[in-house]
This record gives sequence, structure tokens and C-alpha cells, in this order.
Amino acid sequence: MTNSRLLPYLLVAPSVVFLGLLFVVPLVQTIVIAFTDQGGASLAHFRKMAGDLNFGLSLRNTFLLVAVVIPLQIGLALAMAVMLQKLEKGRDLVLWIWTIPLGVSDLAAGLVWLAILQDRGYLNSALFALGLIDGPTNWLSYENPTTLFIGIVLAEIWRATAIVLVILVAGFQLIPKEYNEAAEVFGATGWTRFRKITLPLLKPSLQSALILRTVLAFEVFAVVYALGGRNYPVLVGEAYTWMRDSQNDGVAAAYAILIMVISLAATLLYIRLLRTKPETQA
Amino acid sequence: MKRHIVATALLALATSWGSITGARAQSDTLFLSTQLRPVDETTLFRSLVLNAAPQKVTYAVEEPAAFTVRVEAETKAGKRTVSLLGALHGEIQPLVATSLDPVDDLVAAARAAGIPDNLITLGKLGTEKQQYIPWMQATYVMAAKKEALQYLPASADLNALTYAQLREWAANIQAKTGKRALGFPAGPKGLMPRFFQGYLYPSFTGGVVSTFKSAEAEAMWAEFKALWAHVNPGSTNYDFMQEALLAGDVMIAFDHVARLKDALIAAPNDYVTFPAPAGPKGRGYMPVVAGLAIAKDAPNRPGAVATINHLLSAKTQTTVAANLGFFPVMKADLPPDLPGGIKLLVEGVAKTQGAKDALVSLLPIGLGAKGGEFNKVYMDTFQRIVLRNEDIKTALAAQANALKAIIEDTKAPCWSPDKASSGPCPIQ
Repeated sequence: MTNSRLLPYLLVAPSVVFLGLLFVVPLVQTIVIAFTDQGGASLAHFRKMAGDLNFGLSLRNTFLLVAVVIPLQIGLALAMAVMLQKLEKGRDLVLWIWTIPLGVSDLAAGLVWLAILQDRGYLNSALFALGLIDGPTNWLSYENPTTLFIGIVLAEIWRATAIVLVILVAGFQLIPKEYNEAAEVFGATGWTRFRKITLPLLKPSLQSALILRTVLAFEVFAVVYALGGRNYPVLVGEAYTWMRDSQNDGVAAAYAILIMVISLAATLLYIRLLRTKPETQA
Repeated sequence: MKRHIVATALLALATSWGSITGARAQSDTLFLSTQLRPVDETTLFRSLVLNAAPQKVTYAVEEPAAFTVRVEAETKAGKRTVSLLGALHGEIQPLVATSLDPVDDLVAAARAAGIPDNLITLGKLGTEKQQYIPWMQATYVMAAKKEALQYLPASADLNALTYAQLREWAANIQAKTGKRALGFPAGPKGLMPRFFQGYLYPSFTGGVVSTFKSAEAEAMWAEFKALWAHVNPGSTNYDFMQEALLAGDVMIAFDHVARLKDALIAAPNDYVTFPAPAGPKGRGYMPVVAGLAIAKDAPNRPGAVATINHLLSAKTQTTVAANLGFFPVMKADLPPDLPGGIKLLVEGVAKTQGAKDALVSLLPIGLGAKGGEFNKVYMDTFQRIVLRNEDIKTALAAQANALKAIIEDTKAPCWSPDKASSGPCPIQ
């Protein structure tokens, strides 16, 4: 009797200990580092962070990237998931191909796009062959912030739309066919069915996808670093630079706390905005 | 957050690996270094130099930040696995207080090996005791493709360029070819801060800290901004100029010799090397010294001492120079059959050291762990003035405050070429 009551706890214990050791402890340490200076409680690191040359810029850049990338990714993933539902043959193969970027690490994805977009990259070679440019054009320099931004957006969409897609495809499969069939019998158009049946029933999956993608988007770093280096400062990049180059773990920890607060706020916002009443769940 | 976890995991890995190597430490000497990190250099160093050492040495490399963290973590844990430390002058400095075993017993041998006294004194790091023994030297030079020489201004002598002439040269190339062919290593891992600290500031203001926002500094930034108009905009992404040279993105480049080496070795006949330009106060240049230190409570001090003696032999020093591009710390005759690329580097360094107007600037001294933030002051100033077009005077005033905070925090007195100060180095 006692054994079977204890068993679930024994089974979850390793993962709880693991997360406790490798997440909660560093989290507490980070908070301590961020809020202490020379042995006492202090906001000095936050003041230094806020007064830094790149602070406002990295905050703006990160939010701009999130604001542009997330809606595009959700829209694209929705469209892809809908199209996937219509396929009769080869669905798995298409899904497979669409999710290849999931297997690529973000730094590798950044390097792939660097190979395409750099001075002597594939894009310039193609444009040169077509006679559209006369020589290497630097799309990623500080002088071309717009093309640099577009490059980063493209790379992020290529890299991380698949995760949204996978969540939405799973969500689609949870929607019972009967609703759609009934609506069809009553003469609802495809668009009406999508708006009135699919979207509302997809809300829980959309919520998960949005939370996951937004939190990850606020942590965007490797792709930006590979493509833009210092030219496009983002929050995590600043944390990295303060830690690695400036060797100031206090300011780096302050950035980490800020990113965590922003991610938490975004998560709470999604939970409130996309709340699904239990009785309306499929 | 994620990064912190990664750092913790890496630390855990490093310590578990450390305990494995620690078990062998009685017979081996673990040599941890921030130098010769690229894998081909590490391999060459192991096979050509350490295999000939009198006893077994395990050579491991770490990035500078991780190096400090590891050595200090071992000190805190009271569990030392590393015996011998190899790092740049400025990277050894933060370890003096906690993690080094002074090497006064090796000074006589270093002198006997022919290391000049001023270099040996540098190894005291401002303390009473000898903290490290100089290991190898390097510096920064300029390299240019020979095809760029046709655009050199007629009045200019390549080996005695001024900044104005460099600008004219780059402007000529741009006018004739449409390319901005001058490049600097201003990428995230590039050594651009050293250009400002060791070359630009000393050449124009005769100082680095005290003259930070002087009238000369204002004029200097205006001139550098004008020069930047002819600099390849990819420069803010270049970490190693050899890559930009090899790719043909730039024709003239400034960088650390070890970061130009691959291009020069690949095509020694295509390049010339020459000293960095001069300004009104002289031709600033920054010698880079790597040193060998022994960790406190080293598990194998005798092994570390034997390895240091091996590394100081004239034969080892010339082997390193001929194959790895770091130069001897003593006067040693380099073999006449040096590879072409290395020969170019040797010439570039000799011309730099021998320039009549040479003005030596030392790596920052006394900044401890604030060295990174010190570099940031110069890079931020560059970003504000040159890349973001801020008003020079305003930007310098704002950055001078950041500099002042670092200097007061560390109480670092002035170092050469700034005039010596009794207290923390004052900013005029």
C-alpha cells in the first residue's frame, strides 16, 4: 500500500532534483548576483545596465524582433497546418521536410544564413550572376540596418516556425471532425468554418505555441550574433557581452533578470488574453 | 538564465574533467593556457615543443574568461589540478591575489636565458615578487596586398606612414576601384580595443587614460572618423583580419600578428607588412607579452619548473617563432629558412620596434578583473563617435565618466605611455 503511494513521488524525484539543481539553484544565484554589490544589497547593477550605451537599443531591437517575427510565424504555421490537413497523400513526408530546421541548433542556423547573406555568400553570387549587382554587397553591415533586420527575421522564421507548426498540427488533430462536417451540412463556407470552429478550438494550442515562441524569441541570441555581431544588439547578447567580454557578472545577471521578467509578463498576458473556459474546450 | 545554466553545466564538466586529469597529475604536468588556442596551433605546440619536454606535459587551452574562472574556482575549492599557467600579462594579473605561487627562484635562469631585465620586471605585475616568467612575445602590425601599393600616395614611405597618409591611400583605392579596402578587427571577438589603447591614442595624445578627453583626443577622433569613411563596413564583424584578407574583402589590414599569420602563410608573395601609422606624438605600438606562472599549491611544481626551463631554451623559442608566429622573449637568431609568411611577420615586427618614432604603450596594468570594462569604454566611444555620429566632445565626456569609475574602483596608477601618477591615474 505505502509502496504504491510512494511510487509516483519516487518516479518524479529524479527530474525534480535535476531541475532543482540545474535551474532553481542557478536562478537564486543569479538573483543574488544581480541585487548585491560589494557584499550589500544594491541596485547598482541595474543602474549600470540602464545607463549603458546599448540598453535602450537592445530593448527596442528585441521587442521589434518579437513583434515582427511572432505574428509572421503564427500566420505561416497556421497556413501550413491548414494546408497539411487537406493533403491526402504524403502528409508525413511534407511534415518531415517542414520540420527539418527543428533539428538544427540556433547557432548553426545563424551560420547557414550567414553563408547565404554574407559578402561572398550565395545570395550575392546569385544576384551577381543575374546582373543585378556589380560586386559583393554587404547586406549585414551597420550601414544597412534594414537588410540586416530582414536577414535576421528571415533566419528566425526559417529556424523556428516549425515548432509552432508542430504544436498547431497536434492541435488540429484534437478537433473532432464532426463539428466541421455538421457545419458543412448547414452550408458554412470554408472561411466561416475556419473562423468559427477551427480557430476557437485551436485556442489552447495557439496559446502554448505563442507562449513557447514568445519566450524563446525574447531569448533570441545565436542567430542575431552570427548574422549581426555587434551591429544588432539584443538583450541576451548584451548579457553575454557583459559576462564574457566585460567580465561583469552583476550587470549580466541584471540583464538575465530583466529577460526573465519580460518573458513572465508575456506568458501571463497570453494566459489572460487566450483564456479558454473549460466548457468550451473540445 | 539559459546562459547561466550552461555556464554552471560547463563548470561541472570542467571540474569533473579536472578530477580525471588530477588523478594523473603526479606524473604529468597540467599546463593550462589562453594562448595558441586554434586547434592547429595547439596540435603543433604539443607535437613540436611539448613532446620534446623532459617529462610529460598535458597542454589544455581555455578562453581567457573561462581560464580565470577555472583557476579561481580551483583556488576556492582548495583542489588544484593545474600546475603551469600560460597567459597574457593582463590575464595573469587578476590571479596574483589568490592563485599564484611566485617564481622568484626562476629569475636567475630567466636572466641566464637572455631575457632582458625590463621584460622580467614586467613579470612582477607591480608587486615585490616575480609572478610570471616571460614566455613569448607578439605585437600588432599592418599587412597589405602588393596590388594596393600602386595607390600609395607618392610622398608616403610605407614603413613610416602617418594616419593622414593611410587615409589618403585608402581614399585613392576607393576612388580607383570603388572598394573600401582598409579593414580593422572591430568584430565581437576582434582586438580593436587594443588598437585604440596601444596605437591611436598614444600616437595622437601621448597617453591612453590621462589624455582620454583632451583636445588632442577630440582632434584624433575627428581624424579617425574621416579615415573610417574609407574602411570596409564589414569591419564591425571582422574578428581575425586574415579571413578578410584571404576572402579579398580588404587589401590593407591592422591586426595581431597571430591573427594575420594564415593569410601571410597562404600567399607570402602577395603581401607586405609594415608598422602601424604615426600621429603627432609618435608611432604608438603595443608589445604583447605572454607569461608562464605557477599555480598556488600546484600538484607538480617541479614538473612546471622543468617545463618553464624547456620553454625558455633558445631552441624551443625559435621553434615557436618559426611555426607559430610568436617571437622569442630574448635575442635569438631566427633560422634563415623561415617560412615566407613568418618572415613577413618578423620583418613587420622588427620595423615596428625599430621605428625612430616608436612609442611603446603597455597593456593595461592594475585593472584586475575590470580589464574587460576598460576595453568597453574605448569600444563604446568608437561606436558613439564613429558609428553613431554623436558629438565628439559630448561622447568623450560621457565615456570619461565610465573610465573614471573604473580607474577609481581599481585605484590603478598610470602606466606607460601616460605619465606616472602617485594615486589613481587622473583623467585631465
